[in-house]
Amino acid sequence: MTAIETPEQAKQDRTYHEALVDLVYQFADDDFIISFRGSEWLGLAPHIEEDVAFSSITQNTMGHAFLFYQLLEELGEGDANSLAHDRRPSERKNAVYFEKKNGQGTYLEEPYYDWALTVVRQYLYETFKKVKLEAAAKSSYQPLAATAQKILMEQTYHLAHWKMWVTQLQHATQEAKVRIQSRVEEAWKEFGDALELGSKAIDMKKLGLLCGEDELKQKWLQEVEQHVASVPTTPLEKCLGNGRAGEHTEDLKQAINTLSEVYQSDREAVW
Amino acid sequence: MHKQQRVIEIKEVLKGVDDPELPSVGVLDLGMVRDIQVDSEQRIEVTMVPTFAGCPALDIIENNVKKAIEELDWVTGCSVTFSFSLKWSTDAITQRGKEQLKKHGISPPPENYKPGEEWRVNCPYCNSSYTSMENIFGPTACRSILYCRACKNPFEAMKPVIEHSIT
Repeated sequence: MTAIETPEQAKQDRTYHEALVDLVYQFADDDFIISFRGSEWLGLAPHIEEDVAFSSITQNTMGHAFLFYQLLEELGEGDANSLAHDRRPSERKNAVYFEKKNGQGTYLEEPYYDWALTVVRQYLYETFKKVKLEAAAKSSYQPLAATAQKILMEQTYHLAHWKMWVTQLQHATQEAKVRIQSRVEEAWKEFGDALELGSKAIDMKKLGLLCGEDELKQKWLQEVEQHVASVPTTPLEKCLGNGRAGEHTEDLKQAINTLSEVYQSDREAVW
Repeated sequence: MHKQQRVIEIKEVLKGVDDPELPSVGVLDLGMVRDIQVDSEQRIEVTMVPTFAGCPALDIIENNVKKAIEELDWVTGCSVTFSFSLKWSTDAITQRGKEQLKKHGISPPPENYKPGEEWRVNCPYCNSSYTSMENIFGPTACRSILYCRACKNPFEAMKPVIEHSIT
């Protein structure tokens, strides 16, 4: 596959353009929703140093989402801000597991969030993000390849952070071990769609935009097996639905309503 | 005035534009300025690279650079673009930049860093290597928080960021 250097070039081939846009939405929406769930921990993390670390990671991840929305803007999808705030849940491509609430309650009222869910989810997410970005760094679409490279340089710190948490908690008290393990088992039932590439998966591979789903999954699993003490032997499922196909839960609606509240109150405001 | 001379003059001006979150450290010394173009009508186009993608200071930096350049009387206009395809790495920080960072209580990034691995730096105040990492994530995306066990000072360091090699 020859390299495609510019958005204009990408737009010339309809199949290429459609597959590319679908893929970039996955990257953008995944980063966006995981950042939102991360931001809901602000001030609530287990200790002050973690609060600094997690909010720094979250802010930077939102920056990554912005880079992907910018790529979409260049590809003719509309303004980056409205792509983030103004799309209905059914238009979103993020994997469903990433939109799941952090636990009971809400940020403003009785936030009984679960740290085990967060550690497991962030670790699985960052591992997945690394694998998918590494594939994207070799993409035929050069602006995507460059963006992936740029993000990988920073993301290595995010992954190292969650690797540390998952490793330490698995070597901590019995309660910690049990809680991490039960969240891993839960994840196995819900993570499936994250590793899928949606209805245009075959085109993506054929056009050199990304590797295939099997390769993605295999590389992810290889990494996870190195750090998760007991990886379930059952196949990955997608019990919450398939986000890559626009299937989402009430949790995404709650997230979008909350995070776009200010934006919706005055769409013309300049920040 | 020759084009080359004009570029030199702009660089002089940029020496005075600091990172808003690192007073006394210039954007030029941080390696954030990649290209300066002067067209026939004395309009300036500056291409910059952001340090971290999520850095909230980018808009402020953009404005400050634009304002400083437009103060030159021969300049008719200036536009600043951030390029995300050009990659910034901490290797781009100049020697002068490293010295300025130290004066500000921030250690320059370590050399020979391998992505994902632990790293150490000396204390920017007493140069002791008897330091410990308190939090890899600091007050901004590009900085970490450390502690010097020799002179008992907390300090910060620029996180090393280098190109990620894919196996």
